[in-house]
Amino acid sequence: MLALVAAHLVLAGLLPIVSARSRRAAFAVAAVLPAATLLWALANAGPALAGGVDETTAWSPALGLELSFRLDALGLAMIVLVSGIGAVILAYCTGYFGAGSPYATRSAALLLAFAGSMLGLVLADDLLTLYVFWELTSIASFLLVGQGGERREERRAAVQALLVTVFGGLAMLLGFVLLGETAGTYRISEILADPPRGGAVTAALLLILLGAFTKSAQLPFHPWLPAAMVAPTPVSAYLHAASMVKAGVYLVARLSPAFSDLAVWTVPVLVAGVATMLVGGWRALSATDLKRLLAFGTVSQLGFLMVLFGAGGRVAAMAGIAMLLAHGMFKATLFLTVGAVDHATGTRDVRELSGVGRALPGLAIAAALAAASMAGLPPLIGFVGKEAAFEAFLHGSVENWAVAGGLLLGSVLTVAYSARFLWGAFASKPGRDAGDVHRPGAALTVPIWLCAAAGPVLGIATPIVDTEAASYAGALPGDPGYHLALWHGFGLPLLFSAIALAGGLALHAARARVTPLAGHSPLDAQRAYEKTVAGIGRVAVGVTGRLQVGSLPAYLATILVAFVLLPGVATVLAGAWPTSLPLYHEVIQIPLAIMVVVAALAVTRARRRFTAVLLVGVIGYGVGGLFIVEGAPDLALAQFLVETLSLVAFVFVLRRLPPHFTESRPSRRVRVPKALLGAAAGFAVAVFALVLSAARTGPAATSGEFARLAPEAGATNVISAILVDFRALDTVGEIGVLFVAAAGVASLVLATRYDRRRGGGRVESGQSTPRHEEDVLG
Amino acid sequence: MSPDNDDYKPFEEWDRPRQAWMLSGDCRGHRQRTLLLEMTTRALFPTVLVFSVYLLLVGHYGPGGGFAAGLVAGLAFVLRYIAGGSEAAVRVRPPVLIGLGLTVALLTALAPTVVGAPVLTTTKLALDVPLLGHFETQTSVFLDVGVYLLIVGVVLDLLRSLGAGIERDMRDAGEPR
Repeated sequence: MLALVAAHLVLAGLLPIVSARSRRAAFAVAAVLPAATLLWALANAGPALAGGVDETTAWSPALGLELSFRLDALGLAMIVLVSGIGAVILAYCTGYFGAGSPYATRSAALLLAFAGSMLGLVLADDLLTLYVFWELTSIASFLLVGQGGERREERRAAVQALLVTVFGGLAMLLGFVLLGETAGTYRISEILADPPRGGAVTAALLLILLGAFTKSAQLPFHPWLPAAMVAPTPVSAYLHAASMVKAGVYLVARLSPAFSDLAVWTVPVLVAGVATMLVGGWRALSATDLKRLLAFGTVSQLGFLMVLFGAGGRVAAMAGIAMLLAHGMFKATLFLTVGAVDHATGTRDVRELSGVGRALPGLAIAAALAAASMAGLPPLIGFVGKEAAFEAFLHGSVENWAVAGGLLLGSVLTVAYSARFLWGAFASKPGRDAGDVHRPGAALTVPIWLCAAAGPVLGIATPIVDTEAASYAGALPGDPGYHLALWHGFGLPLLFSAIALAGGLALHAARARVTPLAGHSPLDAQRAYEKTVAGIGRVAVGVTGRLQVGSLPAYLATILVAFVLLPGVATVLAGAWPTSLPLYHEVIQIPLAIMVVVAALAVTRARRRFTAVLLVGVIGYGVGGLFIVEGAPDLALAQFLVETLSLVAFVFVLRRLPPHFTESRPSRRVRVPKALLGAAAGFAVAVFALVLSAARTGPAATSGEFARLAPEAGATNVISAILVDFRALDTVGEIGVLFVAAAGVASLVLATRYDRRRGGGRVESGQSTPRHEEDVLG
Repeated sequence: MSPDNDDYKPFEEWDRPRQAWMLSGDCRGHRQRTLLLEMTTRALFPTVLVFSVYLLLVGHYGPGGGFAAGLVAGLAFVLRYIAGGSEAAVRVRPPVLIGLGLTVALLTALAPTVVGAPVLTTTKLALDVPLLGHFETQTSVFLDVGVYLLIVGVVLDLLRSLGAGIERDMRDAGEPR
């Protein structure tokens, strides 16, 4: 499984090579891998449904880190969506993106990388692994929604999606850590087998739900999803309908068997889910852009799925699996249909489209199939799911009946916006002619039909879905005799379905009055988001203005005071003085020390910057010399090299600075505090060094061990062996820091002056020549 | 030498080096050339680079390693920049080197997981090369190579931004050098 996930990411990295020859070929190549993943998952369906397939790769045993993957019923259902629909959508992309599209290259690579991340997410059997893939999907979504970052609404939508989902993701990480520490394990399967309880778990679950709600666009975090519709249609279809937004639902579904007996888990899920279903459905009724209509529909359906998976009943969970599959299929179909309509007519505005159904009857039929599944008509899979959903809640307590009522109301809205979609996209509207309809090619229509056909096929093949759903829902309490089926006889669920259909169609018939009503809402979550972000920005400006006063001496003074006060005081209070203090080890240390001290004193007297830099260099070389005397050639080598390089860097920078530190000699009032602070800091460092050298009381155990292990590591130089062998992880981390530092320096000095613009000409926003830009771009 | 001769070169170009990996010879204003430094650099630059590779390879058994070797190579480029000016910079883009170094290091770190070992496991590599004799090193040398590339990239980045960038700023602002 790790190999499959890694293959996605590696191939995504290699795709630009294919794109350079043909963009279509890149999408075609990218489609192969998800298709293979689907086949692999289906081939393993037997053992996966029976108990699950495990795979663990040790990562760092010393830290207890490992990559665990597990394929079970829920994972299988998600892979059908992630890989199955992923392959279909990548195939669709071959026809959607033009040969000259500037963003096709990155879209192909990002879509495949996203598919890999999503695959890792649904297969992960470890909370931290899941978190890593969770955030990878957020980043891929940010890059895909943002596209080139040229249009303002793309940037805003991408940033909003990133802020909201990452905010939730970080909360979720905290929740994961709380949960993992309480349970004593981060393995999801072990947590599910023996769920922990207690106050910490309550907090953990609330935090995890926050992550799930933001990712799955639940109330009140939903506005990012409709805003993200600025992305190209295949991206919306894949990320925002079929897979990524399901991650939150998936997480709830994954953890529900363990925690659905806790009110802290079910109550927020049910309340937010029902409210989201209603608000999303209601807002969809006023949307004029077909994609926004579908986006609000997705929000509504995600609420529905949350309710089903969060309720914690066997029947509800089975309905959830059926609806999960159904929703992925019909929503992908509908989104891809919008893309085809967009291609064919050049618009996706409900008010402008007219007569498309007559011009493209095949497309209309496919969309009608999908919309019927969404509305819950027999014999489609959507009907099966909705029947089971009603069945699950039409029993027992008042709360259950209330939820059932909410679902019924939501279903009425679902039927209404399904009808609105079909009417808006395909109907002939009076007073409008069809206009120029250009017939979409096979690359656009075949994938649509593949997804659309899944509705009736899965509906007829309900027993297969039932096996799958029963395998997932087996762990939950509830009627063990219930099976998903197309016909359960006459009863309340069927009555509810009928009411939903009739009510929805009536609502659509009255659209002239409903649409303006749905367009107004007293509470606007989008405005709340914007106010929050603006408020945080204002706070940041205020805080920064007070802390970053722009004076280098002030910063240095802050650092030094903190240094003297915190570790300095601790050293004096708690440190042990060395018992024997030899004056020197070697005679040569005395002149070296004198040189360092003289240079340090001279720096304080220097008025020219250049002199000061040279004297600092002398101090550095002197310390390097002391290293040599003490028998540390490695340290000395590094010290000499770094000293030389920083000297050069200083000289480079000094060219732009005035030669003297100050114009006139600073007054005594300024100099004395500075001198005192500097002396105190220097004294603190010296005391520090003395106390630390006496800190070791016993024999150096680790040094002995390193010396013993060094030949085993093939090293005769213990320092080097420690650096690259024993402390290799540190080394990797440190060079990462260097990378960030270099990027920071380069951007500060060079990159801020010229905005990077691809495609069009270079935009000058600075005051110098475009050659700075060339420096940055190479 | 007469102008008819095929070997004729204008005076400014008579000492243009033929090897691109040495100084390009396209120097800044003639007044600012220091011939002595240039000649020394020409001799020193490749030598220092070879020395840096030596430090890189010997790092596991003696003082050296990727960090020190990278700094030595970086200083060679600094010397070249000081002698030859910004035009003498190398053609490779520093971010590419940095990224390459980080990638090599990370791949080295991750490679052991392919055979089921924990990350960053190292093993001894030994082979007998004809003429050169027995050769032995650790797989961690690849990590060192990554560090080396990254450090060289960082130093070049420093040259590009603080050296050439500031120099161009001053020229654009019409300031004397």
